[in-house]
Amino acid sequence: MGVMKRLTNIVQAKANKVLDKAEDPRETLDLSYEKQIEQLQQVKRGLADVATAKKRIELQAQQLQQAAAKLQDQARQALTQNREDLATQALTRRAGIATQLEGLKTQHEQLAQQQERLEATTQQLQARVEAFRTQKETLKASYTAAQAQTKIGEAVSGISESMSDTGLAMQRAQDKIAQMQARAGAVDELLASGTLTDMSGSSDPLQAELDKGAASGQVELQLAQLKSELNAPAVAPSGELGAAKTDAAEASEEPVDGEVVPEQPHAGAPATGAPTAAALTAATPTAPADPFSLDAGSAS
Amino acid sequence: MIVRILTEGQFEVDQSQIASLEDLDRQLVAALDAGDEPRFHDVLNRLVGKVRSEGTPVSADRFVPSDLTVPPENASLDELRELLASEEARES
Repeated sequence: MGVMKRLTNIVQAKANKVLDKAEDPRETLDLSYEKQIEQLQQVKRGLADVATAKKRIELQAQQLQQAAAKLQDQARQALTQNREDLATQALTRRAGIATQLEGLKTQHEQLAQQQERLEATTQQLQARVEAFRTQKETLKASYTAAQAQTKIGEAVSGISESMSDTGLAMQRAQDKIAQMQARAGAVDELLASGTLTDMSGSSDPLQAELDKGAASGQVELQLAQLKSELNAPAVAPSGELGAAKTDAAEASEEPVDGEVVPEQPHAGAPATGAPTAAALTAATPTAPADPFSLDAGSAS
Repeated sequence: MIVRILTEGQFEVDQSQIASLEDLDRQLVAALDAGDEPRFHDVLNRLVGKVRSEGTPVSADRFVPSDLTVPPENASLDELRELLASEEARES
């Protein structure tokens, strides 16, 4: 048997379960009208659920965009400290976010599709419920005619089939929402666990490394300044720096060009293929048009 | 003939078109049995498209059962398998 015939049997079997048929077909008409009203309310609630789910995805996409922007900043910061390893780490995490965003985009599209479908279903159902309300009164009034009885049977079958189909439409929307919630939960966990990290927190090891780098850079700079002051005896004042002077004397016994000299930022060109701070700046997207893409405006 | 596109609605399709719908239906079964997802989507799109283009939507004030039922437009192979499985579960 073909798919079309099998599906017809399935839907009609389900339709028969939708209504508990009353002994008097006229009661069945009233009952099915009540059920339709109930279903219309359910579909409206379902529609609200889809809208909420869509909103949640949009908010998550925003959070991920923020995290990606922070990682981009960190990569730039790392490069100014000559920490290519940290820059690579930051950019790798950023690539992970791009993958997450792609997944969110697909789900957002699917939910939008479900929303559209449910909106159409709601409108159709509303029109049908209204039409059914007037028709059932006409059918009830002429119930004694044999023709009307046949028509009642047909109308009831038709309406229960519609209800069964609307039930399927709602089920599909709910399935999509459930899929979305599973992914949203996973993204929330990632954001919370620091794998994608809230970069403002001090618990972020990448930021800690960068801060340490910035701090030690400053310390080394100050150290170098102090040393150069002390190495110029004419400038060196007496007093509380006297103790420091003896330290400096010891220090000056060590080779001046040796390990003690703080590492100067490399003046040479960075390794080919490595991202440069300038390249990153150029690639920084200015508010991408697509909230689910990190690459808008940059050729990567 | 009344044809329902699931989750979309009913269409009145002229009897003369039914043979070509049934031909597409056979192709759909073949794609389903072969587990050929791209072909399944292609045939399903044509089937749904044909019901829409050849049929006239059944008006909101007409309450009739369907003669034939077509899967939802964007159904996946697995989804249809699951739908059809509910028939077997009922019969056994």
